[in-house]
Amino acid sequence: MSELMTDREIDRSKMHVSDNVAIEITNMNKWYGSFHVLRDINLTVNEGERIVIAGPSGSGKSTLIRCINRLEEHQQGSIVVDGTELTSDLKNIDKIRSEVGMCFQHFNLFPHLTILENCTLAPIWVRKTPRKEAEETAMHFLEKVKIPEQADKYPGQLSGGQQQRVAIARSLCMRPRIMLFDEPTSALDPEMIKEVLDTMIELAEEGMTMLCVTHEMGFARQVANRVIFMDAGQIVEQNEPEEFFNNPKSDRTKLFLSQILGH
Amino acid sequence: MSDQAFVRTEMLPEKEPPASTVGIVGWLRENLFSGWFNSILTVVALGFIYYVLSGLVPWVFQSVWNADSLNECREIMTETWGSTHGHACWGVVNERWLQLLYGFYPDHLYWRVNLALVLTLVALAPVLFAEQSPRQLWYLTAAYPFLMPWLLWGGSIWGPIMVAAGFAIGYLGYRILVPVAGGLVAIIAAFALPIIWWLFLAGGVAGAIDSVIPIGIEAVESRKFGGFMLAVLLGIVAIGCSLPIGIVLALGRQSDLFIVKTLCVGFIEFIRGVPLITLLFVASLLLNLFLPPGTNFDIILRVMIMMTLFAAAYMAEVIRGGLAALPKGQYEGADSLGLNYWQAQRLIIMPQALKISIPGIVSTFIGIFKDTTLVSIIGLFDVIGLSNAIRADTAWNGIYWELFAFIAFLFFIVCFSMSRYSMYLERKLHTGH
Ligand SMILES: Nc1ncnc2c1ncn2[C@@H]1O[C@H](COP(=O)(O)OP(=O)(O)O)[C@@H](O)[C@H]1O
Ligand SMILES: [Mg+2]
Repeated sequence: MSELMTDREIDRSKMHVSDNVAIEITNMNKWYGSFHVLRDINLTVNEGERIVIAGPSGSGKSTLIRCINRLEEHQQGSIVVDGTELTSDLKNIDKIRSEVGMCFQHFNLFPHLTILENCTLAPIWVRKTPRKEAEETAMHFLEKVKIPEQADKYPGQLSGGQQQRVAIARSLCMRPRIMLFDEPTSALDPEMIKEVLDTMIELAEEGMTMLCVTHEMGFARQVANRVIFMDAGQIVEQNEPEEFFNNPKSDRTKLFLSQILGH
Repeated sequence: MSDQAFVRTEMLPEKEPPASTVGIVGWLRENLFSGWFNSILTVVALGFIYYVLSGLVPWVFQSVWNADSLNECREIMTETWGSTHGHACWGVVNERWLQLLYGFYPDHLYWRVNLALVLTLVALAPVLFAEQSPRQLWYLTAAYPFLMPWLLWGGSIWGPIMVAAGFAIGYLGYRILVPVAGGLVAIIAAFALPIIWWLFLAGGVAGAIDSVIPIGIEAVESRKFGGFMLAVLLGIVAIGCSLPIGIVLALGRQSDLFIVKTLCVGFIEFIRGVPLITLLFVASLLLNLFLPPGTNFDIILRVMIMMTLFAAAYMAEVIRGGLAALPKGQYEGADSLGLNYWQAQRLIIMPQALKISIPGIVSTFIGIFKDTTLVSIIGLFDVIGLSNAIRADTAWNGIYWELFAFIAFLFFIVCFSMSRYSMYLERKLHTGH
């Protein structure tokens, strides 16, 4: 909820949006039992886009991004990721999951494995990378998120912020083309939020396609090229950050912004 | 406001804790005499312990070791202490301990049982202490399921080799059929081929090879098996097989496939709803009704199967508890990285679920090991059965405590070791939280 999160200048040289479509969601509907949780979602994400999804709790933000890597199944419409449509075909699902990285609110690190093992597991078993190479890649990304010295510790021995950075490194080890973030800073103390956001900004600076569910409006302003506001399972408004924050169109958006930015 | 304002100018240095909270005195105060109620409890408990030990210690140690019958024991006791009361007669254990351990196994072949036990311990090493054991030991562990029965039952070496060949046939069938006929057919073949082999071919082939190249050791019949050795044998088999079967059942119970789920739930609930004794009676008596007359289905093998199934049903529930305790995020973490179902189970879910379940798993192990004594009811001479047989001998008629104390001691050593090992394992696997 903090307005400002980084004091440094953001390097926008590589942050450009390409014309290639990364994710194409058309007329997508999803129900939990008889509860209509996502309604007629249409969303196109181009490569290099940095999208922030905001909205009140229970509006379906998590469900939406979890549909993109099939952690949840949609019942109507289509989702195409990198040219592959998500159907019940397990091959497609595995392919998409290995190309789409995801970070969760509660990190979901594997507590019985060391940090290094957390990072090398999927490359070794899914990508069949030789162990040595996988370890080198893992160390590279752990250095990037600035915790190479923790490689041999277990997740339980790290702070929340460090754990979330490990989770980001773990996803990056699969060399994903798209990264999904589901409230990556919501479970963190204020001082740790910044270290995680800084890591995410660096990713954005390298041109990663990102979809972030977050309440960090400072991050949205500075990094996103598009902000999507969801309510009651629908996309209510989407716009460039400047416009979205300074000149919201719908009443729901105005109310939400006044609640989240006000006080 | 201003009188509440406060600024610390000097930070406080670290101090030693008060003497009464550290050292022996501190420990006693804190653990035994922390209040008047605790102090009373401590005194009463000490009194009780003294009372028990003052009876037990003389019974155990002021005892007769060399006697050939209970009467001789009593005579010696009366001579030495003036009464037969409060003194143990270990003569019975001294005279019969080999029988209590080995049952009626031929005594010139005891070495085979001993070797099998050593083999068990060595084969267990890589399983129990993976990091400290050389990797080559795994070959021995893989050969163990075939070597151990051969050592105990003896006979031609070709029998166990043909049984082992069944597994190789299943594996080969799977590898050959996967590219040709697809995964499902291959999996079915992987189970069907070995069964066909074992039922119809293995015996003939083993016999044929044996008539050409006879290699074998003296055979020992199942009815000679008994004593503590039988308990250990049944325990090892039931424990070793129930864990993997239990894992499969627990996963099956969580499965989305309706048939698989129903079968697993039905099996688990049925087995858990029936006393083990009933299952053992089924094994010993009822199966004869269903099997074609003349089939020789070894009684110990039948009992092993029943005990394994029984333990597996309990194991499945224990492991299901572990699975349920895992946060959903672990499954999602594994899924989001692109691991498939079996990879996720093997690398992420099972290691954690089993770790959570260690206390329950070991309790089940200990329980099933002690339950092996129930086989005395269907006429097998395990330690309890033997103790009855020994008492039937006029020399030892009327001796109870000494035999049961000895049996209890044997079981205690094994069960206590299992319990300690599980504590070691829990400590080893602890990785913060
Ligand atoms: N597994 C589930 N089963 C049934 N309802 C669910 C499930 N997960 C979420 N919901 C409901 O769907 C709605 C959207 O949830 P979610 O996508 O988590 O919202 P958000 O992330 O925006 O807070 C909520 O009303 C929630 O209660
Ligand atoms: Mg959410």
